[in-house]
Amino acid sequence: MSFDLVANVVVAGVLTGLLYGLMALGLSVIFGVVRVVNFAHGEMMTVAMYAATVLFAELGLDPFVCVLPVAAAFFVFGYVLQRGLINPFITRPEHSQFMLLVAVAIVLVNALLMVFGPSARNVQVDYQLESFEIGKILVDKARLYAAGAAIASAVGLFMFFKKTKTGKAIRACADNHLGALVVGLDVKHLYALTFGLGAVCVAVAGCAMVLLVDVTPPLGPAYTLLAFVIVIVGGLGSMPGALLGGVLIGVSEALGGLLVAPSAKGMFSFGLLILVLLFRPQGLLGKKT
Amino acid sequence: MKRRQFNRALAAAAAFSAFPGIVRAQATKLKVGVILPRSGYLGFIGQSCQKGADLAPGVIKEMLGVDIELMNADFESNVDTARTRAERLIQEGANVLVGPFDSGAASAIAQVAEQRGVPFVINIAAAPQITEQGYKYVFRNFQTAIDIVRNGLDLIGDLFQATHTVPRTAVYMHVNDTFGQAMTKGIGAMLPRRTQLPFKIVDTISYDPAAKDLTVEVSKAKAANADFLLLVCRLNDAIILRREMVKQRWNPMGIVSPGSPGMYEEQYFKTLGKLSDYSISNVPWYNPNSKLTKVVEKAFLKQNPKDKLDFHGLNAGFTFEAILIAADAYKRARSTDPKTLADAIRQTNIVDKMSLGGPIKFNDKGQVEGIGSACVQNMNGLPTVVLPQSAAKAKPVFPAPYYKKT
Repeated sequence: MSFDLVANVVVAGVLTGLLYGLMALGLSVIFGVVRVVNFAHGEMMTVAMYAATVLFAELGLDPFVCVLPVAAAFFVFGYVLQRGLINPFITRPEHSQFMLLVAVAIVLVNALLMVFGPSARNVQVDYQLESFEIGKILVDKARLYAAGAAIASAVGLFMFFKKTKTGKAIRACADNHLGALVVGLDVKHLYALTFGLGAVCVAVAGCAMVLLVDVTPPLGPAYTLLAFVIVIVGGLGSMPGALLGGVLIGVSEALGGLLVAPSAKGMFSFGLLILVLLFRPQGLLGKKT
Repeated sequence: MKRRQFNRALAAAAAFSAFPGIVRAQATKLKVGVILPRSGYLGFIGQSCQKGADLAPGVIKEMLGVDIELMNADFESNVDTARTRAERLIQEGANVLVGPFDSGAASAIAQVAEQRGVPFVINIAAAPQITEQGYKYVFRNFQTAIDIVRNGLDLIGDLFQATHTVPRTAVYMHVNDTFGQAMTKGIGAMLPRRTQLPFKIVDTISYDPAAKDLTVEVSKAKAANADFLLLVCRLNDAIILRREMVKQRWNPMGIVSPGSPGMYEEQYFKTLGKLSDYSISNVPWYNPNSKLTKVVEKAFLKQNPKDKLDFHGLNAGFTFEAILIAADAYKRARSTDPKTLADAIRQTNIVDKMSLGGPIKFNDKGQVEGIGSACVQNMNGLPTVVLPQSAAKAKPVFPAPYYKKT
């Protein structure tokens, strides 16, 4: 097996993994602060993918341009969803939260089926079939741009949480809910803001993902599962962990497919999950509770 | 309701449940349960098959004077769902089942049909074992994987001869499902015996039919440095794979399928545009010149004015023929009694048909033999028969020109 082949596959795995990581970042941020696991995460990304295909078909907007309106819409959607629907469930048992978000997921999948039907949709932009040639390594342009968008979004989110007052207030809520209430922070608003930011991550990931994958309504649950695997590997609630988990899953699937059997590549991400659960249950970058 | 009326109604209900066969035998309509994958990863092909089912009642009413009621069910490209849909259709009174374009689903439905004693006419599904189980109620008007491979490999030989090419190596990629594995077995058994075929398979790569990304698979195939790609695919994966080949700048002499769906489907052309050209599929195909094809084409265009039968001839054609087989048997049997209907299907002899090959006649196993294949190459956005020469509309192009962005 040649070095070129392995290098090509690893590069593709890293780039795809970064995009997976951005998707999972939304899940991790929401859980890290609100302590609610978003079981409609993949379905929300599917909605973003459909939004990008519609904007592309109707207005000819490149998916990366679609990021702005779709992310804005998702921020509002996430904010309203948290404030109006999820907030009353925060103090309820976890199974109630689980059922609520599973119900949201099912509603989203069926709404997509009703609106768009079962057929796959995609976008076709000029650069979609092109690649950069770096030595003997071919880098898929769309995948590279998508990974770039993932890194930019993640950096933006880190900066927001580190540098802004609102970001610091959100972190305070995550660290000490009671303390945040005592010092007079508007926790409900901050929770809704966090859910909105998580939804923005999903929106960016969805707009970028549509360049790589054709979208169908049943796509959501597979991505919800994938996001869970990634955040558990990286550490639930850890933002760098989500990106690291995404890259590890992307690369392990790629290498597993190359070295063992392509049809069994999905197995490797779950193998990695089992190993992490056995030897580091809090995830690679997660904190012990 | 008075007590006497109530007792009569009760007695009638009891009689109905005690002798359902008699009541069914008196039915004036044939209820056909059509099970297809109209959603999921086989959704496009299922919808294409459905077009053949939708036009069947009208055409068959005119041809045979038989009234047909379609009972449509979507099995969502999921084998377990296929089983439950079959159960439900039978419970709801389907006299015969038709479908399902998938070997895994066909195996599951066949078990249900056999247990419940309801005839099942398979439109498209190639796994040989389906008609090797000794089933009494299962019939197939489609080539088995062995026949598809045999005809497909022979046509590859004809293709090389017609284009004066001698490729030495092939990389074989296939979907890892019931159909893909059956085809792989067939190729493994038959290729070494085909001494007229000059190539060796240098690598075999199986992949998930529901895969969303085939980067690794295509990288591996490209690294094999083979002359051409031998492909057993479905539709969505064929589209992903073709795109990935361009991204990775892999230009083998061509993509040749020894007999699988995908590359002649409308969606393949719609999604890929010029990129769809020159892909080759050696598949059971319809005879564009047959009398029945003309009739079906007219009905098809009436129902789908913006569509072309070229894209649906195989799916819609074989689905239509499956319903025709059921209707023809019903007409002869004059009964919807399952056993009588199954016996009548066994006696089928339909000469005027859409598909290539001899008449529709079932052997002892419930399998039609002698269905013909064609080498279909995508040209100018249409699946075009290029071999056998007797049915060809154009000359084959192999090696395929490199894809250039226009």
